[in-house]
Amino acid sequence: MPDDLMDGRIVVVGASLAGLRAAEALREGGFTGSLTVVGDEPHAPYDRPPLSKQVLLGKATADTTELPMRRDPDADWRLGVRATGLDPLAKRVVLEDGESLPYDRLLIATGTRARPWPNPEEAALDGVFTLRTREDAAGLAERLAAGPRRVLVIGGGFTGSEIASACREMGLDVTVTERGPAPLVGALGGTLSKLAAVMQRNHGVDLRTGVTVTALRGNGTFTGAELSDGSRVDADVCVAALGAIRNVEWLADTGLAAGPRGIACDAGCRAFNMYGIVTDDIFVAGDVSRFPHPLFGYQMLSLEHWGNAVDQAEVAAHNMINPGPLRRPHLAIPTFWSTQFGLNIKSVGVPTFSDHVVIAQGSLEARRLAMVYGFQGRVTAAVTVDMAKSLDYYRHLIETAAPFPPPLGAQDRAIAADVPIPSDVPDPKGLSHGPTVALTGYLPDRRLTVVPPTG
Amino acid sequence: MRTVVDLTRCQGYAQCVFLAPKMFELHGEEGLLYTTAVPDDQVERVRQAAAACPVQAILVGEEVGGGAR
Repeated sequence: MPDDLMDGRIVVVGASLAGLRAAEALREGGFTGSLTVVGDEPHAPYDRPPLSKQVLLGKATADTTELPMRRDPDADWRLGVRATGLDPLAKRVVLEDGESLPYDRLLIATGTRARPWPNPEEAALDGVFTLRTREDAAGLAERLAAGPRRVLVIGGGFTGSEIASACREMGLDVTVTERGPAPLVGALGGTLSKLAAVMQRNHGVDLRTGVTVTALRGNGTFTGAELSDGSRVDADVCVAALGAIRNVEWLADTGLAAGPRGIACDAGCRAFNMYGIVTDDIFVAGDVSRFPHPLFGYQMLSLEHWGNAVDQAEVAAHNMINPGPLRRPHLAIPTFWSTQFGLNIKSVGVPTFSDHVVIAQGSLEARRLAMVYGFQGRVTAAVTVDMAKSLDYYRHLIETAAPFPPPLGAQDRAIAADVPIPSDVPDPKGLSHGPTVALTGYLPDRRLTVVPPTG
Repeated sequence: MRTVVDLTRCQGYAQCVFLAPKMFELHGEEGLLYTTAVPDDQVERVRQAAAACPVQAILVGEEVGGGAR
């Protein structure tokens, strides 16, 4: 049986980080059959994090961020062609050029795309950008290098905040609008988001919170925007940093549990169908997936994190070429990082899965701290600011379900001084961008009715 | 040659900045920026940096080339 799994046809849809790492891991694991990787962008797999940092700062060009291969996966790369459909019964993937690729096992790693500005006419104005792809980054970097009078960033999530940071580092005036009460509030909760707001303002960002952009103005070229508080921002460049949309549309009517929150799968990366029955030949990895995690109440998690794409792709690949008893669960602790305004922000666990926080090391005033998040008396996350070396310790507390607040040895401050305060995680509906971790388990996209097959 | 740093692992030891200062740069106290495309005259330095990284966060390799259509 294992011999059979090492042969046959595997198709990977999605040629970004998760797709590449899965392809490598399949070969590393001994897969000798045919391997095809389909990607809608005309590029070999490339790394996205530098796009909002090095590339905007002009320290690297967008066309130099291809990912290195650990080994040649010896794959048939179908790049620049979109998968448009799937027939799970005939086991074929349909491409936009009409070709249909047969598979024995399929890995879906189609990721997400930038959520565009909702008004298409306004979004088409020259000077209005999103930031997700290489082309996006190249275009935006060019505009920033030309020295616009002001940049408007809509949305104070990680992408929006990193863009604003790059603008200020280049000496450009920048306005950030955020529908919630502070930048990064959806990812870090209310307490730490206050530090984010202070950092932005100290670095000269014109930060507007609690407002939305109601219209983009311009006659062919973007000239400014109107805000819900009646004010107007004049700017030459606008970046809509409104979060991501999961690329699941091509799976409509396939019977898979695919919706706006992602494709549901089990801990072994096997996709569920719409009735909650696990498939045995369709696997999911990366941003497009949602999977149950025991440390976070078995809630279905969707993670838009670099590390998750790598870890989950490796587990999916392993499970695609091994029989049931040898399969592994994807139970990695979520981790992400961001560099902005000179600070290194790193997170482990799920900060949005929390009710209280405590500052265990450092302080907001020192701009150097470790904030620990707890849920119902258990440590569930930690965020460090310029304190990355502490993160492994907090990961250990999360993995062992340590009591919250953490014990005295876990911090350099007297516990009595640090009464836990509410973590103040807002409803994501109140944000202009999506959180990078979505807890999706208790909010089904729609109710389903079992339809018995006819005939 | 290409390189990528797993910044989830990076803890800011800055060994890479010391060994290959043209390729790795600290951004603030411990944030890391790096150049992904490695020119030939930096290959050896980047290999040394990858070997010296205390948390083994630096990956070097070739980019995905032929076979793409």
